Amino acid sequence: MSEYWQEISALTMRWVRRLSREKFSMLFTLVQPMLFWLIFFGNLFQRAADMQITQAPNYISFLAAGVVVMTVLNNGLAGGVDLLFDKENGFLERLMTTPIHRSSVILSRFIFVMTITSLQVLVILGVSFLFGVEPATGLLGIATILMIGMLFGVGLTAISMAMAFSVKSHGDFFSVLGFLSLPMIFLSSALVPLSAMPMWMGVLARFNPMTWAIDAVRPLILSGWTEALPHVGMVVIVMVIFDALCLYGSAKVFRRAMG
Amino acid sequence: MDRAIAIQVSRLTKAYDKHTAVSDLSFEVYAGEIFGLLGPNGAGKSTTLRTLITLLTPTSGTASILGHDTVREADVVRRLIGYVPQERAIDRFLTGREHLELLGALYHLSKAEAAKRIAELLKLVELEEAADRAAKTYSGGMKRKLDIACGLLPDPKILFLDEPTLGLDVQSRLRIWDYVRMLKERGMTIVMTTNYLDEADQLCDRLAIIDKGSIKALGSPVELKIGLGGDIVSLTLKDPGKIPTLVSALTKQPAMRAVKATATGLDIRVESPEKALPAILESANRLDCQLEFIEYHRPRLDDVFIAHTGRSMKDELPKEHVE
Repeated sequence: MSEYWQEISALTMRWVRRLSREKFSMLFTLVQPMLFWLIFFGNLFQRAADMQITQAPNYISFLAAGVVVMTVLNNGLAGGVDLLFDKENGFLERLMTTPIHRSSVILSRFIFVMTITSLQVLVILGVSFLFGVEPATGLLGIATILMIGMLFGVGLTAISMAMAFSVKSHGDFFSVLGFLSLPMIFLSSALVPLSAMPMWMGVLARFNPMTWAIDAVRPLILSGWTEALPHVGMVVIVMVIFDALCLYGSAKVFRRAMG
Repeated sequence: MDRAIAIQVSRLTKAYDKHTAVSDLSFEVYAGEIFGLLGPNGAGKSTTLRTLITLLTPTSGTASILGHDTVREADVVRRLIGYVPQERAIDRFLTGREHLELLGALYHLSKAEAAKRIAELLKLVELEEAADRAAKTYSGGMKRKLDIACGLLPDPKILFLDEPTLGLDVQSRLRIWDYVRMLKERGMTIVMTTNYLDEADQLCDRLAIIDKGSIKALGSPVELKIGLGGDIVSLTLKDPGKIPTLVSALTKQPAMRAVKATATGLDIRVESPEKALPAILESANRLDCQLEFIEYHRPRLDDVFIAHTGRSMKDELPKEHVE
């Protein structure tokens, strides 16, 4: 057990070191969702958005939940990128010839992605707070938001890592990533409530796990526990199923790739 | 020979969907020797090596390292071996020392033990000064040295090197050769792949020539060269049209062991040059074959390669030199 922990912590520290050495990349990773979506998009649509439809005091407070979950989505989908580079330059092979538990590499990645994502979610909530958005459910609500983010993130990161092991080139990886990310956002309740969507988009959005996550995070920020609890219960069920599917599918790929 | 066997490969086959990378390979590596797998790109060297280091599972057949099966006892095998990959498997954002510390943890060394070994290794490969710089600032040769230090960190019984000097300048190559010889002197068993003939010739105690997935010849470089039987006289003719005439004239003569036409002339294997040379010249004169160039040499590893595979290693090389 202590050997296992030694492996996981050393590998996790490596991801942290890599990120801290890529100062620009770190800055953009952290700032991008806030800057583009929350600050620009949120303020841009302030007057264009209909309060009757968003059911929120202003557009930014409506959008905050969407940006939180978007961040989880983007971090999760990109979670396999570093493994992709490791695979391409042979570092992964080097790791695989050491007497480690094969799962250590995967687990270290989960730990790293979840930690970074949680920090980012906190920053987003902090910036929203500066724009006057105060989470209605307080600290416990914020903890619940982080939990929902992690539940969603685990499945996404698993998909991303499985993809990193399966693709032929990293061009393929980034094409799929780019192709998945925006439709997932548009076909969810991130920017517009389901009720205001064209019928067919609304139908598709219901099948998007992201919608369920947002619909739970949003009342935690805007309304309060009575409104939020049923949604939170629902999202836990949806995410457990989502994660189970993702982990089951990717475990096969991991086993094949890592022996 | 009753030398201790370090690696036993028996009837190893690895097939992918469409092609067979290696088929029915069997060989042994003795403890304490430098064993080379020599062959052109795609010959199956890397597949063989990667099976030995537990990265690939054979389709059939087995490989064992110091008596431990590479599939069933992969974890034991991994504790016994060190690996220096072909690509510069370096994380450009980490420093040299951080690479070694990471591996120290993955081999479950204590902090103190790791620190001691890392200091020794950095000294050995002369990277002490650069140890705390990010690896992206390293030259090709330095990266290679770090690779080797990484391979040595577990203090392995057997070290595997995949194309250790590919793309390096001459000085770095010689340096790496020195390390390999020194490691052998310390009692380490070394298995390496290479597609450089001179490297195989100078460095390896024994080598297996691999082509198209199977072993064509196996032995020490000297044995392989002697095994060809006889020295080689190469002729270049002014008029290539006369090659067949001269081939048929020489083939019958007792002094010639084997006569082969090449693109520009003939390669003749001879028992003793004293008898063969006058006979060759006499025939050439008689048949009015003007000679452009005549060369006589002891068999080289390239001749061994040609004799066993029907083509020259050199034909395959150029694209490999590009880095």
